[in-house]
Order: sequence, then structure tokens, then C-alpha cells
Amino acid sequence: MNPLRERYGQEIDEILAKYPPEQKRSAVMPLLYVAQREHGYVTREHLGQIGELLAISATEVSSIVGFYTLYHDKPGGKYRLQICNDLPCALRGADAFLDGVCDHLGVKPGETTEDGVVSVEAVMCLAACDKAPMFQVQSAEGISYHENQTVASTIALVDEWRKEEGK
Amino acid sequence: MNEILLRHREFPEIGQLAGYRQQAGFEAIKQAVTGMQPDELIELVKASGLRGRGGAGFSTGMKWSFIDKNAWPHYVVVNADESEPGTFKDREIMERNPFQFLEGVMLCAYAVGAHAAYIYLRGEFWELAAHLDACIAEMEKDGLLGDGLFGSDFNLRIYTHLGAGAYICGEETALLESLEGKLGQPRLRPPFPPSFGLYGKPTIVNNVETLTNVPMIVHKGVDWFRGFGTEKSPGNKIFSLSGHVVKPGNYELPLGTTFRELIYTHGGGILDGHAIKAIMPAGASSSLIVADDKALDTPMDYESVPSVGAMLGSASIIVVDETVSMDWLINKTMHFFQHESCGKCTPCREGTYWMRHLTERIHHNQATWDDVIMLQDVASNVKGKCLCALGDFSTEAVISSITRFRSDFEAKVGAPLSAPAQADLKEQVSN
Repeated sequence: MNPLRERYGQEIDEILAKYPPEQKRSAVMPLLYVAQREHGYVTREHLGQIGELLAISATEVSSIVGFYTLYHDKPGGKYRLQICNDLPCALRGADAFLDGVCDHLGVKPGETTEDGVVSVEAVMCLAACDKAPMFQVQSAEGISYHENQTVASTIALVDEWRKEEGK
Repeated sequence: MNEILLRHREFPEIGQLAGYRQQAGFEAIKQAVTGMQPDELIELVKASGLRGRGGAGFSTGMKWSFIDKNAWPHYVVVNADESEPGTFKDREIMERNPFQFLEGVMLCAYAVGAHAAYIYLRGEFWELAAHLDACIAEMEKDGLLGDGLFGSDFNLRIYTHLGAGAYICGEETALLESLEGKLGQPRLRPPFPPSFGLYGKPTIVNNVETLTNVPMIVHKGVDWFRGFGTEKSPGNKIFSLSGHVVKPGNYELPLGTTFRELIYTHGGGILDGHAIKAIMPAGASSSLIVADDKALDTPMDYESVPSVGAMLGSASIIVVDETVSMDWLINKTMHFFQHESCGKCTPCREGTYWMRHLTERIHHNQATWDDVIMLQDVASNVKGKCLCALGDFSTEAVISSITRFRSDFEAKVGAPLSAPAQADLKEQVSN
């Protein structure tokens, strides 16, 4: 049996039910989110398993992972701290905020802290331009928004995660 | 009552199903399904003058009337991708006034004969998707979605679908490709979605804000709706105000309100007492306009904004103060557009790469005037030559800033313009 179906059978059935039976390829993006929940990134095994469920090739599934920014094909921190530094946020200090958070954590954008708890990523517009500086957190639990932030409030959040992880 | 879309500000409980029903919620869809033929509803929306709020400003009723009745099934797809830098209005509607939005989806579906509607949300709206799923489940439980609605033979199901971080999916055909489980890349048009849309079937794609207007138009009537805005741009618009203003946020105002009123009366003026320098009226896709008195007194509607060399678009007003040099700003926008180009067509894929490269050089003091001229040349060779609007959008800030804020570039490259170069810098903004 397909390992993903074995583990998430009911959830996968609910996803597939959203689309016409002959159009099940539409489920590729929701299924990638299900798979990514397991390790924080999509593995090679996942590609084949999703392809098998949808009758498309692993390569086609892989192309979706590569095209969209919220899927990851490599391990990262348990929490991906994705800071918007696009134009409207940058006009309200997002570049300095990004630098401040990175300096404090000792990483550059795109890197993960040594303890593996957090990766900092600079991302494009998150549709929260009026509440900059802001970031979203992507983790196994999904994505959550954190608006009107300061470096101190952000570091406090990271410290909470570290405490939860016993780090 | 002045609000059509952000009614949660007047009725905080409107975000709950019971609260929405207390405000005559779902009366409009009931009225339509039990008393109007679908074509009558389309005519009513046409008569209201409602224009698409996603950016194009095309007549909503007209778009609905284009649905191909020779092929079935029909679909409604809601564009809730909202990825334009400077735009954050749809998120507030869906979070705070979800049932009016969902009733708008129902009205559209009834008008065009669709029995399934998909709401395509940008992937980052994870929490919002869960919220909408809960609202949809409540409606199903209450018999507001499903089969035989209001004692008729109208069936409808609404589904949410999350994208995964791609600005291009705000382009309607790229959105459809993405919803079909493919790369979000635009399709060659025609055929347009009302004849060849989702799964190759007739499909109406509408923005969240557009559809949220419809229940109030049906419930209160065309004359009431036309009491807001201007004759050619009726209704209210949510103006998303960001950048160097004291009070950024969403402001629902009648179309035709001036930039000055939005920025100074509602937005509280410019941060830290600085002077205003430029306005981008349609987000990062927008031409930059010089914020002089003429611009500030221009009414924000679909007809007037082009008179100052830009488009209203989705009305995402980014305010830029005097401390900003345009070489920095266009470098920022080119980071965005190069990153978001889907790569399908060559002028956009290659053009955004080279524009990013050139803006980088200019910004980091490594450029000469030849680079500025080359940048303008690349931009003019991308504009109008791409499969979808993203290519055009990537050039707007570049061309307009070089022509309208030339001194910023003169200061940056450290040399005055030669006469031939000046001649080359003619106004190229076609708006």
C-alpha cells in the first residue's frame, strides 16, 4: 500500500473529494502540504508516493515543488521564520529588521541556526504591508502571521521555541 | 451607512453566521434563486456598473454574460491569491466579513450556472483557509450550501484551494493551471476563461472584493449602489494604503476620492514630517507618479488615474517620501519581479534578469549612463511583448522613475546626461 495513503488515508480522501474524479491531479498541491508536514520538507520518497496516488510521474510532482516557494526539498529549521522585505515593508524598516534578527541569531538569510530550531528566510510580499515589519512562520503546524514586530519581540518568540525544544 | 465591503467595522458580529443573518445575510441569494432568472441577475449586475476590483476594472456583469452556454459544466473560481506588493484588502474581507463574500460567490454561481466554486487562496493564507472552511461547513450544516437550495434545483458546493507562494498565480490563467495541479504559468489567450477555463470548461474568475459587492447590490438595488462613486466607476473601493504614511491600512471610500484625502485625511499624512515624493497607485506593478498638487488632487477612479500617468489597478497606494532614491526603489521592485517571473516566455524571463542586474549595478554605484540607457532599452523591449501582464508590470516602475525622477539617477551615476542620452530618455510611459 502507498505509505502516504496508509498514514493519512482519510485526509487524502477528503482532499481528493474536492475535485472531479478525472481531475485528481488538482490534489497535488494539498498532498504536498500533507507530505511536507512529516519532516518539514518533501523527500524523494514523497514525490513517488504522491505521483502514484495521482497517476502522474515523480518528476512532475518534483516540478511543482521547485516552482512554488512554500515547498522545500531540503531540511531546514523546525521553524522557518520568513521575513517580508519587499518594497512596502522595506519602506517601513523591514531590511533593518531582517538584518537585526539575522545578527542576533548569527545567521544569514537562508541559513539555519546551529541548534536546528530556526531558519531565517527573506521572502516576497505577504499581503500584510500595513503591519510591517512582519513575518510568517512555517512549521509542521502550518503557517502563522506575526505582524508589527520588533527584533526584540521576534527573538523572544525564538527563545520560546528553543525552550519548547529543550535547547 | 457608508461601507459596502468592510461592514464588520460597523457590525463586528457580521463575521458570525448568526450575526450576518441578522444583517439580512443570504436574503440576496434567496431573492435571486427564488425570484430571478440567472440572466436577470446578470443584467442587474451589469446595470450596477460594478467593475472588477482585481485590477483590470472590467464590467463584472459583462464578464458573467460571456459564459459559454454550449459547454458544461461551468465553474466559478475566486482569485484570492492577493500577492501584489501593497495589496492586503481581500485578506481583511475574508477574515472579518466572510459570509458576505461567500454569498457573493453563491450569486455569481447562480448567475452563470455553476455548481462548484473554488476559492484559490495564496498559500500563505493558511489560517484564513481554515477559517473559510469552517464558515463553509457552517453554511452546509444550515442548508445554505449543498443540493436544492431555497427549495429550488440550484446546487452549489464551495471549496478552498491553497496555492504555495507564487505571485504569478494572481494572473487568472496561471491560477487555473495551478488549480489543475500544474506549474502556475499563464495560458495563451484567447480562448478566455468564460469559454475555456478550469479543466477546459467555461469558468468565471472574479476577485474577492468584486464578489463581496454583489449581495449588497442585489439586496439594496442598483440605484443605491450607484449612489457611491462616479458615473463610470460606481461604488466604493478598498484603498490599501502603505509606505511612508502615519496610518497605513485599508480605507473603504467612494471611487473618485482624491489621493490627497486618502493620504492626508485618512492616512494621517507623511511619517516623521517628511515631504511626499512619489505615489505608486497600483502596488509594485505601478508607474511612479510625482506627488505634486495635480497628482494629489486627482480622483482615484479608473478614468482619472491614467491622466497622471498610471493605473488605478487594485488601488494599492504605496507612498514614498523624499528620503527615498529611485535607484533603490527600482532595485527592490526588480528583485521582486525577477523572483516571480514564471519563466515561460523569454522577454519576461530574460528581461527581468537583466533589469535586476542593471538596477543592482546602478544602486551599488557601479554604473554609468550607458547602463541607465540600457536599462530603459531592456524595459521597453519587455513591455508589451509578454504572454501575460507580469512582464509589463516589471517595467512600469523602471521606465517611469527614469523619466520622472531623472535627477536621482544623475546623482547616482555621477555624470550629467549627454544630449543624445537625454533625447533617448523620452517619455515612454504609455498610460
